[in-house]
Amino acid sequence: MKNAKLSDLFLAFARVGVMTFGGGYAMLPMLQREIVEKRGWATDEELTDYFAIGQCTPGIIAVNTATFIGRKTAGIAGGIAATLGVVFPSLVIITLLASLLSNFAYIPAVQHAFAGVRVCVCVLIGNAVVKLWKKTVIDRSTLLIFLAVLAGSLFTGLSPAVFVVVSGLAGLAVKALEAKK
Amino acid sequence: MIYLQLYWEFFKTGLFAVGGGMATIPFLREISLRTGWFTPAMLADMIAVSESTPGPIGVNMATYVGYTVGGVPGAVVATLGIVSPCIVIILIIASFLDAFRSSPTVDRAFYGIRPASTALIASAGLGVMRLCLVDEAALAAGAGILSVIRLPQILLLAAIWVMTNLVKPLKKLHPLVFIAFSAAVGILLSM
Repeated sequence: MKNAKLSDLFLAFARVGVMTFGGGYAMLPMLQREIVEKRGWATDEELTDYFAIGQCTPGIIAVNTATFIGRKTAGIAGGIAATLGVVFPSLVIITLLASLLSNFAYIPAVQHAFAGVRVCVCVLIGNAVVKLWKKTVIDRSTLLIFLAVLAGSLFTGLSPAVFVVVSGLAGLAVKALEAKK
Repeated sequence: MIYLQLYWEFFKTGLFAVGGGMATIPFLREISLRTGWFTPAMLADMIAVSESTPGPIGVNMATYVGYTVGGVPGAVVATLGIVSPCIVIILIIASFLDAFRSSPTVDRAFYGIRPASTALIASAGLGVMRLCLVDEAALAAGAGILSVIRLPQILLLAAIWVMTNLVKPLKKLHPLVFIAFSAAVGILLSM
């Protein structure tokens, strides 16, 4: 199985990137078609594992999954080729759009449209938070961590990275205390 | 050197943003407040564009911010910055996958990191919400509550919340639909 061509990896993942709207789980059906069924580079079970690991490691899930499959089929160079493939469409599309939008940003209609869109973005973020809340705030300790980090990030200028590191240590401490009881 | 600084900022974002595209928002908001490369209002626009175009949201946002700060080279540098830590971390994890999956230490640390990541996204979301719903100029001038809050925006917010959470046939629609709808309402009401 360890014999995928780098150019094939790049192209297959570029296709996944261009056909995915939204990333994360929205990418799963595309991966199943392109990677599992058409190319046979991974199984459905492996995909599920990669997604689970992607959810609990830093970084973008789409990128993590591409790196996993690329490495598995063509070593480290494969991991890099697949990752560059999955980000390539974003680079092209967003650069084109951003240059267009910055030329039209002074038009009042465009400004009104974005004022409306920003309201929608609030709701989309809110809905994502509610979904995550259900999966991540599961008991009293996780509720405390949530409230402490929320207050900390609202009222101090600390970097989010500080909260990630401290809450990781808090997780270790809470579990160690629970084990002692 | 702006490109090195861009690479470093996005490298940190890629390293610490746990749990997908939305998790990059608190980091980008912090970059916006600290460096002044782009305003928090521009960040909200970038989120909307990233949600409405193909590709992973986190990558789209990195490309967008990079382009805004440093043109095409900036877009490339920021995108490489956000994916480099992912590549390194996954290559390491892949070489001892089973040990990682069954490690109690990893499990315990993430028990704490997951709710923290949710809180960081919530906090960034509240920042965007204040930007949309509150007229900061009127607030600073000490105006009454009715001129400080933006009523049309609040009504639109409530309408989209109802559509995305309570109306069965609409709930499953792609976010793009709601973004287009809000843009139309924004133009009609001259928001």
